Amino acid sequence: MPVRGRLSDPVLHPVAYFSVGCNTRGVYGNDFDQPGAASLLEEVDAAERALKAAAEGQVVAGDGDELQAYFDAVIAADQKIEPRDWMPEAYRKGLIRQIAQHAHSEIIGMQPEGNWISRAPSLQRKAILLAKVQDEAGHGLYLYAAAETLGINRDELVDMLISGKQKYSSIFNYPTLTWADVGAIGWLVDGAAIVNQVPLCRCSYGPYARAMIRICKEESFHQRQGYEILYTLAHGTPGQKAMAQDSVDRWWYPSLAMFGPPDTESTHSEQSMAWKIKRFSNDDLRQKFVDMCVPQAEVLELRIPDPALAWNEQRQAYDYTQPDYEELFQVIRGDGPCNRQRMAHRRAAHDDGTWVREAAAAYATKHSVGGRHE
Amino acid sequence: MSELWEVFIRPRRGLSHVHVGSLHAPDAQIALRNARDVYTRRQEGVSIWVVRAADITASSPDEKDAFFDPAADKVYRHPTFYKVPEGVAHL
Repeated sequence: MPVRGRLSDPVLHPVAYFSVGCNTRGVYGNDFDQPGAASLLEEVDAAERALKAAAEGQVVAGDGDELQAYFDAVIAADQKIEPRDWMPEAYRKGLIRQIAQHAHSEIIGMQPEGNWISRAPSLQRKAILLAKVQDEAGHGLYLYAAAETLGINRDELVDMLISGKQKYSSIFNYPTLTWADVGAIGWLVDGAAIVNQVPLCRCSYGPYARAMIRICKEESFHQRQGYEILYTLAHGTPGQKAMAQDSVDRWWYPSLAMFGPPDTESTHSEQSMAWKIKRFSNDDLRQKFVDMCVPQAEVLELRIPDPALAWNEQRQAYDYTQPDYEELFQVIRGDGPCNRQRMAHRRAAHDDGTWVREAAAAYATKHSVGGRHE
Repeated sequence: MSELWEVFIRPRRGLSHVHVGSLHAPDAQIALRNARDVYTRRQEGVSIWVVRAADITASSPDEKDAFFDPAADKVYRHPTFYKVPEGVAHL
């Protein structure tokens, strides 16, 4: 990592040690360059501490008899709802939908990057990309496990993805045309995902919040590796720099669209906010992402493809051009560049794995004859 | 189909196993291997337990109050219940 010392944006600096009791503590190393800089990972850490602190508190509810009152009191006290607690049916259904689509996105998200594993420019970069794609699979599995605590089973979830009944993030329907796209995905797509996901570490549903804490810590590696790829290309030959710029040109607006429609058109937001599943509006998160990216792009010496991008002194934020939401809805409807390819690949991979699942099940059955055999 | 397993990990020597999540596997050996791949990619543990979810008997949150009631009125089980005369050490 020859450029490490020059990556100066605080977002890219993980917290060295996580609080006691977290089993990822100490694994991520200490590479603070700017003590005191508030990073997104510090927010993850703070969310984890808040989760523990809230658990210490007492929920005060009227005798605890009224289910709805108790649920409301738990939410109001910033405590977590756990799998076997009573919860409104709409809360359960909404969460299943959100967590499942999040899980599907991680699974489908392996494809655009997997496309470059065999063509990574060095053995080290290949190994890193493999590890990253494996992480995406892991994130999908953490999330499927969290969704299953809400009373839906894995087969149903897999089936809803494969049958197209549930969606995944539309960003993965864009193609990875060059190696630089692997960098742009890490920097912009994973960067946008982190901005979206850090607040979910404080989500009111315990298993989801815990899965998100794990995921956000791992995502920071993804974002850094992408940034490093772009930095290397942008400081390479003119051809490499052009390739990096081209990838940023293509991924910028789809990344902005990842935050969803503008607040005025967002359908699920209000109830999600009340239930403390969602904590910030789409537009607030999008603004935060833009404000983060501009100085990062300057260090890369790459241009964000927005002529209207300008610092607004009054708002203390950047003015920027909105993404094309009509395009977003078109991709969600199924008419993006790679929708059919992504689904066909997922179905084929599932079908190709049938014999493995059957063989493993047959082996387990054979060895459990006459009682459980461990 | 494959069963649901709950995964517990001991992060380091000296700490107890802690629940980290669940996964699917047809048998215990594969569950262990899957747990290693899913939950310990960054050396998060030195020991893994996998337990069939179906084998876990859990208390129900619905009976929370009645079930845990016996502990509620026994404050004398805590050392802070007792007044210690001033000047007494090592108590």
